[in-house]
Amino acid sequence: MKDDLENRTGARAPIISRRDFIGAAAATGVAGLFSPGVVPISAQGSATKAAQIVLPTTTKEVTPFKVQVPQAALNDLKKRLANVRWPERETVGDWSQGVPLQKAQALIACWRDKYDWRRFEARLNAFPQYRTQIDGVGIHFIHVRSPHQNALPIILTHGWPGSVVEFMEVIGPLSDPTRYGGRAEDAFHVVVPSLPGFGFSDKPVETGWDVNRIARAWATLMQRLSYERWVAQGGDWGAGVTHALAHQRPPGLIAAHVNWQFVFPEKLPENPTPAEQRAIDGASRFANDWSGYFREQATRPQTIGYPLADSAAGQALWIYEKFQAWTDNHGNPEDELSTDAMLDDISLYWFTDTAASSARIYWENTRAGMAGTSGGRIELPMAASVFPHEIFVPPKAWAEALWPNLFYWNELDRGGHFAAFEQPKLFTDELRNAFRSRRP
Amino acid sequence: MKDGLAHRVEIAVPVSSRRKFMRTAAETAGAALLLEGLDPIRAQESGKKAPLLVLPAATKDLSPFTVHVPQTALDDLKRRLAAVRWPDKGSVMDWSQGVPLPRAQEFIEYWRTRYNWRRAESSLNALPQFRTQIDGLGIYFIHVRSKHENALPIILTHGWPGSILEFLQVIEPLADPTAHNGKAEEAFHVVVPSLPGFGFSDKPTEVGWRLPRIANAWAALMARLGYSRYVAQGGDWGAGVTSWMAKQHPSGLAAIHLNLPILFPPPPPPSGGYTAEEQAALAQLVKYGSDGSGYASIQGTRPQTLGYGLADSPVGQAMWIYEKFQAWSDNKGDPAEAISVDRMLDDISLYWLTDTAASSARLYYESFAKDFVRMPLEMPVAVSIFKGDLFAPPKVWGDQTYSKLFYWNEVPKGGHFAAFEQPEAFVAELRKSFAEMR
Repeated sequence: MKDDLENRTGARAPIISRRDFIGAAAATGVAGLFSPGVVPISAQGSATKAAQIVLPTTTKEVTPFKVQVPQAALNDLKKRLANVRWPERETVGDWSQGVPLQKAQALIACWRDKYDWRRFEARLNAFPQYRTQIDGVGIHFIHVRSPHQNALPIILTHGWPGSVVEFMEVIGPLSDPTRYGGRAEDAFHVVVPSLPGFGFSDKPVETGWDVNRIARAWATLMQRLSYERWVAQGGDWGAGVTHALAHQRPPGLIAAHVNWQFVFPEKLPENPTPAEQRAIDGASRFANDWSGYFREQATRPQTIGYPLADSAAGQALWIYEKFQAWTDNHGNPEDELSTDAMLDDISLYWFTDTAASSARIYWENTRAGMAGTSGGRIELPMAASVFPHEIFVPPKAWAEALWPNLFYWNELDRGGHFAAFEQPKLFTDELRNAFRSRRP
Repeated sequence: MKDGLAHRVEIAVPVSSRRKFMRTAAETAGAALLLEGLDPIRAQESGKKAPLLVLPAATKDLSPFTVHVPQTALDDLKRRLAAVRWPDKGSVMDWSQGVPLPRAQEFIEYWRTRYNWRRAESSLNALPQFRTQIDGLGIYFIHVRSKHENALPIILTHGWPGSILEFLQVIEPLADPTAHNGKAEEAFHVVVPSLPGFGFSDKPTEVGWRLPRIANAWAALMARLGYSRYVAQGGDWGAGVTSWMAKQHPSGLAAIHLNLPILFPPPPPPSGGYTAEEQAALAQLVKYGSDGSGYASIQGTRPQTLGYGLADSPVGQAMWIYEKFQAWSDNKGDPAEAISVDRMLDDISLYWLTDTAASSARLYYESFAKDFVRMPLEMPVAVSIFKGDLFAPPKVWGDQTYSKLFYWNEVPKGGHFAAFEQPEAFVAELRKSFAEMR
């Protein structure tokens, strides 16, 4: 994508005017540009060509960014959703083979007939957003500075199939607590980047973007924003990046909080306690019945990318299934997340055509041997909030064994894998409580 | 699918004329009918509704069947191929993340502009095809009787992502050996069914269509065809079905032949350690487990979710299969070295036009973990190992698993899709191995 643009701008105009182009894009505040798809195969002279979003190139400057998905892309989506070819219905009466056909058709009908992307776009654009180039890749991020000068800077990292969308409801309360029933001394400066290959960050065109490299990029980002003393937070792959940050201990990072804890002991206990057994059961259920998507994305992200890039229904249901499996619900994901919120996230994946590039994070990290359930010993001060419907929930003793500087541990009574998305108030409280002791 | 038709036909016409309808369908040979898609979502007023292929209801009779995919389905396919949205090209140049984008685009361009489904359809319709209901499910099969009266009946079973099309080039040589460098006494009566949920067989609407049930259905099919002494052959899932048939030992089954014997290392490990040959086979299993089984893992756990993308995107369906032709056939990087692009597209088109991505994936959900296992067999077993296959177990594992292993041969050329890749060698293997079963 980035390559494409570079190619095109490079071919048409010398570098100096390329810079003008970027400047213009930033100045007009319309950075999610559109150009008709250019593919190696000679295109038919037709309007059926898929619309493509092209991101402006980045520099080491922190460049303001706004999202505007071209109408052609919205029209193209509607067309695809009106023309879905379905498989037959599942042979079971539940979700055990994946999203039931009826639920699938209801979601897609809603996406096609009721959902309003422009509403979400406006909401996203109400936050200050930027792109900046780090280690060769343009990184998109939301950056909300608190009105409170002594606020603690925090970098929140999403996972898969989440995105910056997960944090929409917590950014305000974290950065501006006094407006949301909190105290000024609980304020954070909030940084929410999109992982490489996700959302409006660039898609890496070379290998090597595992969580360690992403963690180094995040340290660079915090430094570029001039933060000298900051904390990090994450769940899912965001927890992977945050564990990696905790290992690296870049200058300025004083503590970290994770809502998914990678603290499995190397050798499992022979006579597990009930809490240990619960963790082991969770992990083995994941390995046996829940990890098909993981194994495919970890081995052939490009192949699974073809159907998901071409079929909006395919992309939606690939993600929707996870909202059902991993949130704290009574059977339906709508018990925990609104349909609109789920479609915001799904639409972000769809419009940015990031099914393959996001899947690639699994390929990168399993190659690096990082897909285990233990992040190893961490010296950095660590905090953890344990949401009960997490994929697996380790006992505190396991964290204590690996994290000698564990300073906060709390087990909640509701919420699941998408903690900030599902329970924004609880999530906000957790971060306030956890980091209270880390403030000067 | 079947339900849909049965349902609709029942509403539209009384039972007596339903029978007439089916007979008419069989007689006019236009048995693969098209109905407008009916789905719970209210359709927009447009001519863009995805066409739905509807199969005629099957009875216990053997009803002749010919394939005629409606032109609207072919038009719809072309439209979708022209409107494809691609992912980015990724971060590697080789196949290690899946089908490389340039190869994908080249392949799809061929499908869209040069491929001719009607050619595949004609080859199929040149063969006698039938559907019959077994255990509640309409089963499609090709049935070619040899003109040689003493021919040995054989049932050939395909796997995933293969189909009956794998066998197109071997049916005539097997049935009519004297016209194909063989002897009359090498003749076979050839039966080639589509697995439940594949091709023009019905899609199961309930759970339970595991390998043992399919094996039972195949025995019923051979009995229904009046064969009292026959053999069975298969690779991939076909090897699973065939092995289960051998285990069930239905009356009439005399021997089996496998080109992917399910020979995981027999326990316990040898006290002196594994030989180099065994270690090579073990390494293939380890590589499959760590790098090559993502598709099986998702098909085995969430076939329905995967099915949405593949049912809606012909490019997705094509790449899901094309990747396996590259990985599992005997080639030096390009699958077209082993199987022509047209033949790969025949197979892919069959999956696409029958909308069987989810229903075929469901076989993994049903059986991959439970039934695709090493099984000691007491029945006579023949094995041909095509060395380019993804797994080539050593003979010693065969000796330890099959008490009557009467034939073992390693064929230097050819891979997982043996009949598709090396039809002549495949025919030679069946002639040689079953010579002593006559």
